[in-house]
Amino acid sequence: MSQSQRHIISILLENEPGALSRVVGLFAQRGYNIETLTVAPTEDESLSRLTMTTVGDEGKVEQITKQLNRLIEVVKLVNLTEGPHIERELMLIKVKAVGAQRAEIKRTADVFRGQVVDISSSVYTVQLTGTTDKLAAFIEAIGPSCVLETVRTGVSGISRGEKVLSL
Amino acid sequence: MELLSGGDMIVRALHDAGVEYIYGYPGGSLLHVYDAVYKQSHVKHVLVRHEQAAAHMADGFARATGKAGVVMVTSGPGATNTVTGIATAQTDSIPMVVICGQVPSHLIGDDAFQETDMLGIARPIVKHSFRVTNPVDIPDIIAKAFHIAETGRPGPVVIDLPKDMTMPNERFEYNYPKKVKIRSYSPPQRGHSGQIKKAVDMIMEAKRPIIYSGGGVILDKSSDKLRELVDVLGFPVTNTLMGLGAFPGTDERFLGMLGMHGTYEANVAMHHADLIIAIGARFDDRVTNATNKFCPDAKIIHIDIDPSSISKTIVADVPIVGPVGSVLDDMLSLIRNTKEQVDEEALAGWWKQINDWRPRHGMRFDKNEDGLMKPQEVIQAMYQATEGKAYVTSDVGQHQMFAAQYYPFDEPNKWINSGGLGTMGFGFPAAMGIKMNFPDDMVVCVTGEGSIQMNIQELSTCLQYGIPVKILCLNNGSLGMVRQWQDMNYEGRHSNSYMESLPDFIKLVESYGHIGIRVNDRDELPQALEDTFNKYNDRLVFLDVRVDQKEHVYPMQVPLGSMRDMWLNKTERT
Repeated sequence: MSQSQRHIISILLENEPGALSRVVGLFAQRGYNIETLTVAPTEDESLSRLTMTTVGDEGKVEQITKQLNRLIEVVKLVNLTEGPHIERELMLIKVKAVGAQRAEIKRTADVFRGQVVDISSSVYTVQLTGTTDKLAAFIEAIGPSCVLETVRTGVSGISRGEKVLSL
Repeated sequence: MELLSGGDMIVRALHDAGVEYIYGYPGGSLLHVYDAVYKQSHVKHVLVRHEQAAAHMADGFARATGKAGVVMVTSGPGATNTVTGIATAQTDSIPMVVICGQVPSHLIGDDAFQETDMLGIARPIVKHSFRVTNPVDIPDIIAKAFHIAETGRPGPVVIDLPKDMTMPNERFEYNYPKKVKIRSYSPPQRGHSGQIKKAVDMIMEAKRPIIYSGGGVILDKSSDKLRELVDVLGFPVTNTLMGLGAFPGTDERFLGMLGMHGTYEANVAMHHADLIIAIGARFDDRVTNATNKFCPDAKIIHIDIDPSSISKTIVADVPIVGPVGSVLDDMLSLIRNTKEQVDEEALAGWWKQINDWRPRHGMRFDKNEDGLMKPQEVIQAMYQATEGKAYVTSDVGQHQMFAAQYYPFDEPNKWINSGGLGTMGFGFPAAMGIKMNFPDDMVVCVTGEGSIQMNIQELSTCLQYGIPVKILCLNNGSLGMVRQWQDMNYEGRHSNSYMESLPDFIKLVESYGHIGIRVNDRDELPQALEDTFNKYNDRLVFLDVRVDQKEHVYPMQVPLGSMRDMWLNKTERT
């Protein structure tokens, strides 16, 4: 039995009503997991680019990609984790920031190359980009107890080098 | 330039797609389209009595011809009533186009009268679906729907049609596309030559080979190529429930059906095989039994047009993605041009072994000397009466398995049953769809007193259109397959499997204007069959045949066992 691993599947999808629901429905119908999901139109308005992360062993992920490929509106698909790739996730995080905390949070955000994008008398909102691990590390660094709210986009990814996913 | 209303476009585009019959039921959101149907004579509409039957009629037509059957139903309950029929087609990969009315666009989402989200409901059970958002797109959508339904691995396509897309006084330019192009859809056309070469190498080395072929061979109209392959190789063949008829059932090289109720020799040969050539089959759980015990010595070549069928339940050693017909062509030419030969000596030994296995069960059953007939002998008598040439549809249960086991099909597309979904109520409307399109052929629906009541209202449709199908009801007064499982696994507690208060089927069919014949004893059967197929050739005949309630279907694989673990009768296990 091969090990269960996290996979990033990137899909070029017809930008049509109902297309997204077919992708999401497929996961529900066949009992696959979606960990994260991000979708937006590409530079070509007729296409959407969808990135999802899922967890499963090799056989399961192979089935997932095959089943996705059966969907008529799926134009192309790549499992980014099979090759070198770049992955990014954006997080907006509201943290309690009073007294000495204010400077400490700013310093930590700088170390993580985050930016403070909104300030109130007791709250900082930090914007941070990176891998899922890096975002988790930031929360760990500032201490989970001062986190008021987080919102994350989910993973977006692209392969390294010459390889492109296009029509 | 031709200007047509959306309603007229629907009917015209169906005509341009080559459609002769549509099966359906009108309602509010489709009235403009039904008016368009009324005003022309090319496309004929068949009015069913329940929308589920419309889907099964279209399905029966599709299974017999390979062309997409067409269903037309109104929004809301009309559409939801087709759901079982659509799912039946999807599970068995049957081409179908279902046009569902919808409330006008401006009311969608308002919980309007007879509004349901049919696209949402149907999503998991269709190959694809469309909503018409501009009447001018109608011809294109219809053409795409047929293209998607009929090519690649076939399946049902739903078209959601809001009423305002069909307004009679709004006319648009009509252009039916000569060619369909969908950039995100291109089913495989050929198998990979390297993989085919590998497969042929394995075939030449095999000592104990078996061909396991399924419905995909029939769907790709490749039965002749399968037969050619067997002629060239001399390998034994087994068929799935969906694949019966792809290889002649009366051929010596045919081992019978495999799987849960497959023959002893087919299942045991699979278990001991060193090479399985799976062609257009999908290693369904009703075939494999426990996957971890599946055919331990076998290498597997798997030919299928749908990559997702390959290595889904059983990992293939040589996967070949492609249309069955084209892959078999390539294989045949490679086999003919290679210097290698199949291992004739090993094959002769393998055949000797198989022929030793054959008599072990031999599909024997004990007749009751006094008392009721066994269902098997009724199927055998029907086989004789139809000389094995009928289209046989079935419902679901014991009678389905008996028909599959005791009516050897020599031709493809003649055995029509809901194999994957197991839909009771399928057989009768499917038979109607076939009979309307093959009026000169015998069409028999094998059913039980349980299944037939799930679509019995269609007796009325048969009267209206004069559809003389024959209904062979194996009446054991019980939901036989449920009862069998209760006998075997629940110490004979027959919870809700007894059909109390059955109607008098003879009076019932007579009230619909048809012929009913009751058969209680063996002696009455020959005359009843003679009357059914000769005297009343042009009438719908309902044969209500009393059969033994206690009979079980055997062989039956033992749950969680391997292919070869079977009950051979009530007391004997392998």
